[in-house]
Amino acid sequence: MGRTPAAPLLETRDLRTYFRRGGWLRPTRWLRAVDGVSLSLGRQETLGLVGESGSGKTTLGRTILRLVDPTGGQIHLGGQEITDLSQAALRPLRRRMQIVFQNPYSSLNPRRRVGAIVGQPLVVHRVPGDHARMVGDLLERVGLPPDAARRYPHEFSGGQRQRIAIARALALRPDLVVADEITSGLDVTVKLRVLALLRELQAEFRVAYLFISHDLAVVRQVADRVAVMYLGQIVEEAPTDTLFERPLHPYTRVLQASVPPPDPTASWRPPVLSGDPPSPLSIPPGCRFHPRCPIAEARCRAEVPALRALGPGHRVACHLAS
Amino acid sequence: MTTAPALELRTLTVRYGARLATWEVDLALDPGEVLGLVGESGAGKSTVGRAVVRLLPEPGRIEAGAIRLHGRDLLGLSETEMRRLRGADLALIPQDPLSALNPAFRIGFQATDALRIHRGLTRDAAVAEMVRLLGDLGVPEAADVLQRYPHELSGGMRQRVLIAMAFSCDPTLVIADEPTTALDVTTQAQILRLLEELQAERRVATLFVTHDLGVVAHLAHRVAVMYAGCLVESAPTGELFRAAAHPYTQGLLAQVLRADVRAAASAGIEGVMPQLAAAPTACPFRGGCSRRMAICDETMPALREVAPGHAVACHLHQGT
Repeated sequence: MGRTPAAPLLETRDLRTYFRRGGWLRPTRWLRAVDGVSLSLGRQETLGLVGESGSGKTTLGRTILRLVDPTGGQIHLGGQEITDLSQAALRPLRRRMQIVFQNPYSSLNPRRRVGAIVGQPLVVHRVPGDHARMVGDLLERVGLPPDAARRYPHEFSGGQRQRIAIARALALRPDLVVADEITSGLDVTVKLRVLALLRELQAEFRVAYLFISHDLAVVRQVADRVAVMYLGQIVEEAPTDTLFERPLHPYTRVLQASVPPPDPTASWRPPVLSGDPPSPLSIPPGCRFHPRCPIAEARCRAEVPALRALGPGHRVACHLAS
Repeated sequence: MTTAPALELRTLTVRYGARLATWEVDLALDPGEVLGLVGESGAGKSTVGRAVVRLLPEPGRIEAGAIRLHGRDLLGLSETEMRRLRGADLALIPQDPLSALNPAFRIGFQATDALRIHRGLTRDAAVAEMVRLLGDLGVPEAADVLQRYPHELSGGMRQRVLIAMAFSCDPTLVIADEPTTALDVTTQAQILRLLEELQAERRVATLFVTHDLGVVAHLAHRVAVMYAGCLVESAPTGELFRAAAHPYTQGLLAQVLRADVRAAASAGIEGVMPQLAAAPTACPFRGGCSRRMAICDETMPALREVAPGHAVACHLHQGT
């Protein structure tokens, strides 16, 4: 559904976000949530970002939007570096990048009417014109009833609230929307409708999505490209069909094989992964995945694998992939 | 006569204030059978599980029907008698392992409650038994796990603890309420494997409440589908996936998202699931059904058997 022109809309280079833990009476430790991520996203493109809890995908999304300060590396939006811009200098740029959060129950102010919630970005950014009409058009466009603007968030279902959040994110006609697990917790029927809506809006609003999700099946349906994160780094990145049909990183394979297929006649032998995901507070040496990897060798315990190109648009960080 | 079913529900009707959460649900589980109970949120599937253990949140009330555990009527039992059953014959594996454990106590203290109360073990004996159980579930250094507080464990480890607790007193019926929904996929795969092994070894009747048809496909012997508080179809798992008869079940199966297939844009099931306030006077799915007939607006279809063990509540299948 998207295309990738020469100059990417978004580019990160070796982006890092660390959080300080401990301190006072305890040794200071650094939680390396995002640890050297280089990715790019074209205009009107959808990049799926998948990984398990603790992989750093949410922190990466927030760092890109400068909602969290990066520790190092660079973020470029439309060719302009925004890594170190002050919040004041960022303000005009915020029109171009918006977010839809995971939980539509906590991301909408329960005491404000939906019209005011969706119109808020127009007020903040002093957009000229008839706000009420613009809000009405947006609400209609995302498929909410005409009287929605006068009602309160609690009067709407989870799926409808996510539509409200989408309308708010699109109010300023941004170039980039970070969608952070926006379909988790929704029933399949509702999920399908939200995904279809996102697809329609992408063409209409010419918006790019960074689509963060732990749900591989959902990502398969919406993304043009997919990046897989593990412990703060991208371990594999490829066009969607390539990633799902020819995954090269053992972690990507494990992730895919872990999902039971909805077919009782298909055999399903979930892969055995030793232990739980390690903590980003104590990152293993060498390849970060080696303690759980089914095919790790001596080299994997010592050497950090680089992200190598192994096909068109296909990058893999594994010594053994070929 | 064969032996009594492990669990039998007869016309179970549960009300939350003005809303009917389930209406006349009939279900039976044979000993050793795993029944997958599926449906969207609000369909009433968790309510059924909660009603069986008689732990409905307020203002939930069982308005009508019967629940029998090996032929024994549970609704006639006093709260004291019920307590004797819960955690012993009748165990619950909850959805969210963090809120199911008390954050203020070490795992060892709370996980051994059932063993001490129901099996009369001393604290030391109960701890030793729990270490053995956790070891069987593939938990290394189980003794160390018992020393920890819930927040110090990963989600997968907490769920293993709850599974060990549920199985600690050899239950004859386990209610598993979305036990893997809150977990990551790799952890979910491990827990499902574990439940599969436990099932193969112990053959405990299990009511597995879930919205995930992939989980059901591999764990359940039979599947029951709920919509708007009503049971609309139940069949052996293979048959349900191969030959679903209810238009709602067909819709559910058609809209499953798969990572291995990029589906053509599916529209999904139409309509909004209604909430019942009183006994349904028409098919609850008529609003979303593409095969709606005049009779669908007039009466609620009864559950009819269309093949051995395969029952459907739909006017398309009412026979002659």
